[in-house]
Amino acid sequence: MKRRVFLATTGLSIALAVTASSAAWAENAKLKIGFVGVTSGPAAAWGISNQRSMETRAAWLNELGGVTIGDTTYDVEIVPFDDQKDPKRAIAGMEKMAQDGIHYVVGPNVDDGAAAVRPVAEQNGIMYFPYAFPKELYTPPASNAILGMVANYQSGPAIYKHLMDNAGVKKVAFVAANESDPLSQRDGGVEAAKALGLEVVSDSVTYQVDTTDFTPVLLPVIQSAPDLLVLSGVSPANAPQLIRSARELGYTGLISTETAQDATVLMEGAGDLANGFISVGGASTPELASDAMREFVDRYTNMFGEYNDESNTKVYALEYILETLKANPAAIDDVEAFKATMDTFEAPNPFMVGDAKLTYVGTTSFGQKRQVSVPLVVNEFRDGKFETLFVAQVD
Amino acid sequence: MEQILANGLYLGAQYALIALGLTLIFSLMNVLNFAHGQMYVFGGFVTYTVVAQFGLPFIVGLVASAAVLAVLGGLIEKFLFRPVIRRSKREESTMLLAAGIAFFLDAVILLLFGEKQRGVPKIVNGVFNWDMRIIMPYDRILIGILAITLIVSFILFMQYSRTGRAMRALAQDRMAAQLMGVDVDRYSMIGFALGAMLAGLVGGLLVTITGINLGMGGPTSVKAFLMIMIGGAGVISGAIAGGFILGMMESVGLTLLAAYGDITYLVIFATLMVFLAIRPQGLMGKPWG
Repeated sequence: MKRRVFLATTGLSIALAVTASSAAWAENAKLKIGFVGVTSGPAAAWGISNQRSMETRAAWLNELGGVTIGDTTYDVEIVPFDDQKDPKRAIAGMEKMAQDGIHYVVGPNVDDGAAAVRPVAEQNGIMYFPYAFPKELYTPPASNAILGMVANYQSGPAIYKHLMDNAGVKKVAFVAANESDPLSQRDGGVEAAKALGLEVVSDSVTYQVDTTDFTPVLLPVIQSAPDLLVLSGVSPANAPQLIRSARELGYTGLISTETAQDATVLMEGAGDLANGFISVGGASTPELASDAMREFVDRYTNMFGEYNDESNTKVYALEYILETLKANPAAIDDVEAFKATMDTFEAPNPFMVGDAKLTYVGTTSFGQKRQVSVPLVVNEFRDGKFETLFVAQVD
Repeated sequence: MEQILANGLYLGAQYALIALGLTLIFSLMNVLNFAHGQMYVFGGFVTYTVVAQFGLPFIVGLVASAAVLAVLGGLIEKFLFRPVIRRSKREESTMLLAAGIAFFLDAVILLLFGEKQRGVPKIVNGVFNWDMRIIMPYDRILIGILAITLIVSFILFMQYSRTGRAMRALAQDRMAAQLMGVDVDRYSMIGFALGAMLAGLVGGLLVTITGINLGMGGPTSVKAFLMIMIGGAGVISGAIAGGFILGMMESVGLTLLAAYGDITYLVIFATLMVFLAIRPQGLMGKPWG
């Protein structure tokens, strides 16, 4: 008798547990958003900050009950793929996203990867948000790529002009890693500097990303006596070393870059020598960050142990995808509907104070709205943290 | 010219120290340790953690790097390479194992230390400036001297200590050494631990200058292989020569070829191809191995 009761009770418990767990699983549908980018190797910081920003925001939204798009509430699931900064792997990653039925992907992080995935994205109805600058990705007839940040040809001229007007810069030198992104950013920077009337005193010096001593690299650049040294497309790993070597060689002029950097990395790698270093940031400087941005930073830190300042820019792509889908639920599996919505889309920007809006821009640079509107925040590093130098908007 | 020579010597000293560990492991066990660069990175992160996170003196960080990597190297030899070498006569088995360890260490480093570039404060401030002819920060000079001191200590250890003599005997003829009573397993483990320790020490030394990040392992291994190919694989003096030659070539190339873009390594690789076609065993290696 006892045995029969035990079996019946156990069977009932299992049935209840299965029902309960099924009910829990059935609570919200899943909305899969992909990430294809570099999360290993020397540039891992770029992709990892992307992925972690997405995961932090997704966890936060899911904790709040999910995202309601049309009549359905979804839990956001991030599907990451490490392309190892290799275009072939990026293609494989985008194909995997297509096989998983994913229509919205953040990444890739670099030019050649973003260019390589274009055919796969277009053939499989995927909108993707690269952090790469080639204009042909965003200019008609291309229409599936949306630039996830401010491009160097948008931020560079603004920085040079500011420094010409406020710091009397007349001579500029460029140094870049011998890779496609930094080289194309250098070429764009040289063109912009010349257009503004600056004298380019050095633009041929390049370096390997695995360089361990930048003294011989920078020696000829410093000898050209520039007022401004531009570290084109410099990775957060190389920036502190380049700054330190330049200062140790006696360079006293200005140093800038058009890429996002991390204050802790600069402080650890270059210390006070990095004071005055100018870079492009996001929206978390004290003057601009909203309470939501501060909570995002806290949640990111709790999840991963340490915040990455590059995420100030990387926080936006997922928000744009979700808010645009909310604006037009038909876009959930129809990217043409998404594209149609982009022209008129507008939503409050939760990460900035005031009445800042999420909108798509890029008409001036690309002839169509294929860029997320994030503030062009130009920062100056000072004593371990970034201070806002000036803020501008990209059209 | 003085600056080029100074840069070359500094680079050469750090390169030689990196190559020493790799060539020691190769000479003792005939293993191409593709994970050598990752061991260097691990050593750098250990020093970073001890100095920047725990706030302890740099020398403590350096000792910790040496100790952790020596233990890690010993364990890797005992539990991974030794069984594989015993069971497989094919050289590619150990190469695959080494590549696997490299990937594994990359993943461990990412989990333990994160994706960011890390560095520790300068251990010495100030810059040596000789009439603008040689400009060299004092910390680089100190690290260069420390690297050379470590190289000399290593040579003396290998030359005059009982352990060093046993390892040299092992490198010359494994079978003969075994017949003469050398405990092959024990000295292989010590040799691997010593090689890993050297990698960790360089990582610890350079974290003050160049910092350290997750992605530095692979390129470091490639450079280390380049050095031992120049000097002769498995020859200690060859690794030192290879390190200094590569450092000097890099310094000269970066200065003289700067106007033509980043062709220094293109020239180095092209020169190496020609050199190896003429002398495949390297400068000091023996054609028979």
